[in-house]
Amino acid sequence: MAIIIATVVVAVIGLLIGIGLVYTGKKFYVEVDERIPLVRECLPGNNCGACGFAGCDAVAEAIVNGEAPSNACPVNSPEGNAKIAELSGAEAGESIRKVAFVKCAGDCHATSNKVNYVGIDDCRAAVMAGISIWECDYGCLGYGSCVKACQYGAIKCVDGVAVVDRNKCVGCGMCAKACPKGLVELIPENKEVAVRCSNKDRGPETKKVCTAGCIGCKLCMKQCEHDAITVENNVAHVDYEKCVGCGKCADKCPAQIIHRL
Amino acid sequence: MNLILIIVTTALVNNVVLSQFLGICSFLGVSRQVKTSASLGGAVIFVMTIASAVASLLYDFVLAPLDLDYLKTIVFILVIAALVQIVEMFLKKTSPAIYKALGIFLPLITTNCAVLGVALTNVQDEYNFIQSVFAGFGTAVGYTIAIVLLASIRESLDEEAVPAPFQGAPLVLLAATLMAIAFMGFSGLSL
Repeated sequence: MAIIIATVVVAVIGLLIGIGLVYTGKKFYVEVDERIPLVRECLPGNNCGACGFAGCDAVAEAIVNGEAPSNACPVNSPEGNAKIAELSGAEAGESIRKVAFVKCAGDCHATSNKVNYVGIDDCRAAVMAGISIWECDYGCLGYGSCVKACQYGAIKCVDGVAVVDRNKCVGCGMCAKACPKGLVELIPENKEVAVRCSNKDRGPETKKVCTAGCIGCKLCMKQCEHDAITVENNVAHVDYEKCVGCGKCADKCPAQIIHRL
Repeated sequence: MNLILIIVTTALVNNVVLSQFLGICSFLGVSRQVKTSASLGGAVIFVMTIASAVASLLYDFVLAPLDLDYLKTIVFILVIAALVQIVEMFLKKTSPAIYKALGIFLPLITTNCAVLGVALTNVQDEYNFIQSVFAGFGTAVGYTIAIVLLASIRESLDEEAVPAPFQGAPLVLLAATLMAIAFMGFSGLSL
């Protein structure tokens, strides 16, 4: 008898709860745009945060609601973006894959340590120490803040300078945000030249501290047929809007600081 | 006076995490940032108070009269899970702002053993309805205090150079242990 009462009580409670759940489910049903899960399907699902939203679910919602463009995800493949554009009914914005590039070639062969830094093994901490650790004060510190920021294992420190693996890089830009020296630039994949120096000192001073420094000679500027290179603050800068990737500047650069990638 | 005593007892003296060792999973899992742990604490306060109330009513008017005391664990699990689900649906419809703020934490609480624990302890301590509600609220406040404290400790630890063997879980467990020892000081309160 006790068993029957117990079973009936639990069954009745279960039934009441079930009915209650169904009722509240119907009563408080919130309509969700059916495109949101479809758009979410086309996103990588890494939740890396490169888009600036809380995660892939959040950006999917924003895309469908028109708060973000269909190519809001900088990591996504072109096919994925095209599908999203189709789903959200917007025109597919042209998106060329971007890859990160570290604008410093001053490894431990090219420049040398000025002081012996023994603090926290992190660039941002090293910058807070307020001393210039390498002879060149503009270059890569090599303590790997960018390496820690990269979720794709695409960047590593070689001989005291961070180097990006262009095949692994997805262009999310987290390393650029992490670098306290602002050395990481995102450049379009199809423009295969880049200035690998950020030293703003004048030529002779740069030469004194690093053998791989831009001396601001402006030869590249004269060489460029598309006005894509400017020399500001004694360092060459490529305007990728104008650059066609011909590589003539790289051939001419006497310090071999403009690289063909 | 009795009710204030219940809140102080449940929140500090018999702190649910640090002296009863309930809800350890979320205590260690979601205590990385003060902000998220505070939202989880808010969600726990919300759910635990309601769950205590419902469990107390259910026990007093269904289980106790029918002499089904031994069924309380299974029935409470059932009721708490359904309750959290209903609360979630209700919030999603009526106040999306709160729903967004609580986010993933609401469904997570379904599996928080502290919620079931407090419902069972209330029965054990023979609390009436009002006392149960206050005990549930106090316990949840205790949980929030513990998790926010641990989160702020962990935030400061993030900036320290920790020896490799202690990084991650070992250090968190050590911090939690020291907190638990500190909270044992409250057991000396003569209330």
